[in-house]
Order: sequence, then C-alpha cells, then structure tokens
Amino acid sequence: MQFGIFSVGDVTMDPTTGRTPTEHERIKAMIAIAEKAEEVGLDVFATGEHHNPPFVPSSPTTMLGYIAARTDKLVLSTATTLITTDDPVKIAEDFAMLQHISDGRVDLMLGRGNTAPVYPWFGKDIRDGIELAIENYHLLHRLWTEDVVDWEGKFRTSLQGFTSTPRPLDGVPPFVWHGSIRSPQIAEQAAYYGDGFFANHIFWPTTHFQRLIGFYRQRFEHYGHGTGDQAIVGLGGQVFMRENSQDAIKEFRPYFDNAPVYGHGPSLEEFTETTPLTVGSPQQVIEKTLTFREHFGDYQRQLFLMDHAGLPLKTVLEQIDMLGEIVPVLRRELDAKRPAHVPGAPTHASLLAARQVAA
Amino acid sequence: MTTITAVSAGLGSPSASRLLATRLSDSTKRAVASAPVSATLVELREYARDITNALLTGVPSPALASVIESVTSADGLIAVTPVFNASYSGLFKMFFDILDPDTLTGKPVLVAATGNSPRHSLVIEHELKPMFGYLRSMVVPTGVYASSEDWSETALTTRIDRAAGELASLVSARPLAGSRDPYNITPFEDLFGH
Repeated sequence: MQFGIFSVGDVTMDPTTGRTPTEHERIKAMIAIAEKAEEVGLDVFATGEHHNPPFVPSSPTTMLGYIAARTDKLVLSTATTLITTDDPVKIAEDFAMLQHISDGRVDLMLGRGNTAPVYPWFGKDIRDGIELAIENYHLLHRLWTEDVVDWEGKFRTSLQGFTSTPRPLDGVPPFVWHGSIRSPQIAEQAAYYGDGFFANHIFWPTTHFQRLIGFYRQRFEHYGHGTGDQAIVGLGGQVFMRENSQDAIKEFRPYFDNAPVYGHGPSLEEFTETTPLTVGSPQQVIEKTLTFREHFGDYQRQLFLMDHAGLPLKTVLEQIDMLGEIVPVLRRELDAKRPAHVPGAPTHASLLAARQVAA
Repeated sequence: MTTITAVSAGLGSPSASRLLATRLSDSTKRAVASAPVSATLVELREYARDITNALLTGVPSPALASVIESVTSADGLIAVTPVFNASYSGLFKMFFDILDPDTLTGKPVLVAATGNSPRHSLVIEHELKPMFGYLRSMVVPTGVYASSEDWSETALTTRIDRAAGELASLVSARPLAGSRDPYNITPFEDLFGH
C-alpha cells in the first residue's frame, strides 16, 4: 500500500490574509512539499500538469527531475499527465529519461484535462478527448514496449522506423495509471492494458465510484490480468487535521468557502458528509480513510490533496507532518486486511521481478 | 408501468406553475389509456441550493441525483415555468443546464408556462420550444400558457387536455424509456479489432 500527496499546483490567494504567492514561491513550495513527503515517510509525490494560469506546473518532468535529485525513496508521479494534448512521443521520452535519472522511482497518471481552451493551443479539440486518450496512449504504450515503431494515426504525424530514446530502464516502462472521475471508457482502457485505475473521488458521492471502480475490476478480470480484486486501484483523499477537531474546522473553513471548484457552493458540513473530505482530528481522518477500503475493496495507492485553496506553505508542511504520523496506522490496518493474493502497488522493482519470472 | 415526471419551477406556495403541472399530469394520466401510469411531481424550489451547488461543483447531491434520474428516465416530461422578464425563470434554466448532454434526446416533452399577463403567451414558442429543440426532445405541438385570467376559463381546460392527449399519444407510441446506461461502451477488444 502506497500513501502520498498530489498537488494541483494552483496559485491561489490565501483568503485569510489576502496574499497571493508568486509563481516562483509556489513552485519552490511544491518542491518543499515533496521533500517533506519523503521526510515523513510518505511513498509518492504527484504533480498536476496545466498550461494556463493560475497553475504553475506546465513542465512536470523538470520539477520531478529536481525532486528526484533531492530525495532517495519517494516515487515521483503525476496527477495527471495530459495524454490528449501532449505529444505521446515526448511523454515517452521525458518519462523514460526521468526513470533513468531517478533509478526507477517514477510512474505516471494519464488524464484528459477538462479545460476546453487548452486543447486548441495544442492543435486539438476537447470533443475528441476520449479518442485522443485512446489513440495517444496506444502509441505511448508501443513506444515503450517496442524498440522500433511504425505508426500511423489520426492525430499525429506518422512515424517510420522510430525508436524512442532512452529505452525504459531495464526494459520496464514506468507503471501507468489512468485517471478518470466519470468515464467508463477510461476504466475500460485501464482494464484492457492491465494498467492502474485512479479514481479521484474527492468531489463525488461514493455510489458513483463504486460503480466505476467495480466496472474496472470486472473488465480487468475479463482481459485476463487477474481476478477483479487484484486490479490496481488508486484513490484520492482530502484532509485537514488539528489535534482538536473544532480547531481544524475553524481554521479550514475560510479556505473551504473560497476554494476553487467547490467554494461558494455546498457548506463544509454538506461536503464532508457526501465526499471523502475530512476536516477534524487525526483519529477522524484515520476512521474516514479506512472506510474507502470498505467501499471500493483493497486498493494500492492513496493520494491526499493537501496544498490547495491558498493554504500557506507553513500550514501545509504541518499537515504533512501530521499525515506522516497517521500513515503508519493506516498502512498497518490496510496491509493487515489485504488478502495475500492481492498485490501491492507496482514499483520498478516489482515490475522488473515479474518480467524476469515471465522471461 | 408508464412514468410521467412533471417539473415545476414555481416559487409560491402554492404556485400557479405547480397547479398547472398537476393538472397537466392528471390529464396525461387519464389520457394514457393503455397502461398504468406512475406520475411524479418535482418542485425545483426544494432543490434550489442543490442545483446551485451542482452548477458550481459539477456534482449533484444524492437528493438532486434522484430528481435528475426521475426526469431523465421518465417516458414523458412535463416542464412548467413561471415567466420572469419575458422568459423562463433562472431556476428552471439552471435545472436543465446541469443535466448531462443527450439525456433528454428524443424525450416526449410538454412545455407550459404561467404568468400574470396574457401578453407573455409567446414565451412557449420563443423560449421554451427552442430550448427543448436544442436538447433534441420531442416537444408536443400544443404548449400551455396560463395567465391569471385563464384560470377561470374552460378554454384552459381544453388546452390542458389537448396538450396532455398529445403527450399521451407520443408516450404510448414509443417503447418505454428506462435509464440510459453510461456503461454501455465500446469494448477495447472491438476497438482494436481483436
């Protein structure tokens, strides 16, 4: 079981002080957050990818390469890499390079991106989103698994005798997660390839994701990758903790009320009742997080959103410290409940071992 | 079982739009001769905050999700709005704005509106029908507009029964709707020709 944090990388005003960090401060803050994640014993740091203000992470592998040099154990990932508007050839190259630099501490989560104006900036159309995700990943997958590729598709210039370099470390491509909040097609895609499926369920009611994840598990089994409960599932989470739950609520409320996405809408109380958001004591966070397994089955990766809505870096680092204290409890509980035939999260070492067994 | 859902965006308690929705729904029930009818009346006022939240977050509350399901899975829909500023009300529009694309495609719909002045009657033709036309719904020819003075006229009852009869015959002529299944997708093995 892996635990980690994922960052959107938004530059948002702190509603309690009216101060907005500069892009430089925000970028440095993301790096400090990643280093803190390793320091407190988390397993994964994942950055978003955006190409429009108010977001800073347009160049994820640049940032992750730097973090790779500053850390030893942390798995570097994305949430998400834009499989629709990024060139699959460049994704293949960038992440293979990062894989070598980090000695295999890299995987990635593919997503479509939901900001319509971004697509035409890269010569694409949001209405082709699913089709782009399918075709581009098909190419990416081939670039990583075949040394020489001939390619002809609808969305990209043809390739003849093309070799993507560097080749994946030890011949093992980075593990791929497919992220989706509502598209069964993406769950089907993840199942077809035997890849991971990441359901960022932080905004939606449980029943919706039970069906989506259930569908992925069933199709994973259909395609012969193992039984449904062996499918590789990742979940989102969103928490704000203080020792005293009332202090947590009081401190987080102005950030909640003004947050991008859900701000000025549902109340904090409504939102905590219907979504995974937990604002309260560390014990409450443990209890709520343990319900995820009951709802969705044994899963492999839990990522928390910690650094958004204008929360200052100091507070975020305190929150990650507290996360570091509860994660061993969660890890112990979830690992104890997981049956022996259900795998943990794939890593470079486990994928390499599986490949050697197969060969 | 044939299902009819009536949606009223009326704000008063009781409101003229709700009254009109009830009369249209009752008349439709009587007119569907072939089968038993289950009719649901939804007052959007009760979901006004949920609708706003869904517009902001993209996610309906569980209560609103069941309202949406009753609208999108109905065999026939009756949509009634008060006239505000010469058009449908904001609440009425917001509700239809949060529905997923294509969920009302082909749906038999009866449109109706209420207002104080008879001079707003063309809101049916100029506002409501174009919106449901865009949504590719099957709007019945007779729309019902009821102004304050119409409530004492038998002509209103005649129009209600005519519109309800049209909705009933459209509903009866079609296979029962049921829910659209979003999981009915193209399997990958077919996509790649395996």
